[in-house]
Amino acid sequence: MTFDWKWDFVWEIAPRLAAATLNTLLAAGSGYAIALVLGLALALGQRTRWPALTFILRETLEFIRSTPLVLQIFFIFYVGPQVGITLSPWVAGMMAIGLHYSAYLAEVYRAGIVAVPKGQWEACRALNMTTRDTYARIVLPQAVPQAIPGMGNYLVGIFKDTPMLSVIGVTELMQTANAIGSETYRFLEPYTLVGVIFLALSLPTAGLVRLLERVLRRKLGM
Amino acid sequence: MELSAYPLELPPDDRPMVRFMNVTKSYGSLVVLDDLNLDIQRGEMVSVIGPSGSGKTTVLRMLMTLESINGGVIYIDGKPLTHMERKGVLVPADEAHLRRMRASIGMCFQHFNLFPHMTALQNCMEGPVQVLGLSKAEARDRSEELLKMVGMIDKKDQHPSRLSGGQQQRVAIARALAMRPRIMLFDEVTSALDPEVIGEVTEVIRRLVAEHDLTMLMVTHQMGFARDISDRICLFYKGKIEEQAAPEQFFTNPQRERTQQFLRAVKDAD
Repeated sequence: MTFDWKWDFVWEIAPRLAAATLNTLLAAGSGYAIALVLGLALALGQRTRWPALTFILRETLEFIRSTPLVLQIFFIFYVGPQVGITLSPWVAGMMAIGLHYSAYLAEVYRAGIVAVPKGQWEACRALNMTTRDTYARIVLPQAVPQAIPGMGNYLVGIFKDTPMLSVIGVTELMQTANAIGSETYRFLEPYTLVGVIFLALSLPTAGLVRLLERVLRRKLGM
Repeated sequence: MELSAYPLELPPDDRPMVRFMNVTKSYGSLVVLDDLNLDIQRGEMVSVIGPSGSGKTTVLRMLMTLESINGGVIYIDGKPLTHMERKGVLVPADEAHLRRMRASIGMCFQHFNLFPHMTALQNCMEGPVQVLGLSKAEARDRSEELLKMVGMIDKKDQHPSRLSGGQQQRVAIARALAMRPRIMLFDEVTSALDPEVIGEVTEVIRRLVAEHDLTMLMVTHQMGFARDISDRICLFYKGKIEEQAAPEQFFTNPQRERTQQFLRAVKDAD
């Protein structure tokens, strides 16, 4: 056994992996977009006047957080058709990732909202603001900067979880590296490159998130 | 007293700006206010004083509808605030009714509660634009005029984090006034301030009393200030009004034993 790294082979597979990187970014980006919106809806949905809704949402989120993402991917993709919902691997994958991470982001939003001082709510009430304006104009603009570090962690998390989409055949990085490996019987270069690409994308993201938090806080005068 | 026994509206010849009628407030078994009856006349400035835990802040918070009440009815200008008419009797108010009635009440808080992500001017404009539906230009004119009045016009583009406590409280007063309330509530507005800036806030309130016909209710620990500007002083003790009188009478010739004790205690602390 020798450690035998071939640069020629690296250059040969680089274009395929680059294309797959785009897919991975697209998968992570759209999954995150779904999670951001759905997570906010789930966080706000738990704060309505209806205790039954709060209970149902809370238990559902608990369920989503307590079961593996890969199971949820399989479920949506393979069980969906049995109840008449047939989705392409891409759509099923996005939905599974978006749903899974919305459960975590809902918690991040919730913590951000709870951290807004009680006096802010009371000032809104004293100014006779509607509940909607209270959230949209006063509470969320203060809760979101608070939530940014948590939101950033899950952005990196979602990115690192995209390889799970390979189980239903989405041609993201992992799936492509696997394919290259089984075509050429060389695994060292493709897997190493996948690792390097993930590292090269994750590290700056974390830095950008910290920067965003600082900028946002300064812009909001806090 | 049954809700059906309360009038749907107070008669025209007996309409104080605010009337607490048999109002009770409790948290579980802890009674905070016990069968409170209190009238505040149009344009009157009433100061509420008393030891902590006497329920005085709760009076203001109930009036601002920040707290619900457990019994009785509060009337604003003769109309029920905490309740509304349904099929000829009073029932607890819904949110729409509260929003309608709340429009005539403004409040300033001990900890200012300015919106930290907005400048002083934006804080003042928020309510007029979002709630009253004024145009940005109208709201700006109104807000700048009020910021001028409280002496904060040169800081109008600063965020609260850049302002001292006294400055923040003056902006908070301008913000509340921008809604053109008929009743203003001041909840210990100087208690969180450093001694040297208390004067700038009390000065603003003094001017409000002198120049406007607002009805005002103030919870305070500053006896001298209360004595100067109030039409009436109310001493709360254990959820009840222990004694109420015009300031001169109240401070020079208190009738009740507890009032004398309280005034002595406050004096010793000074």
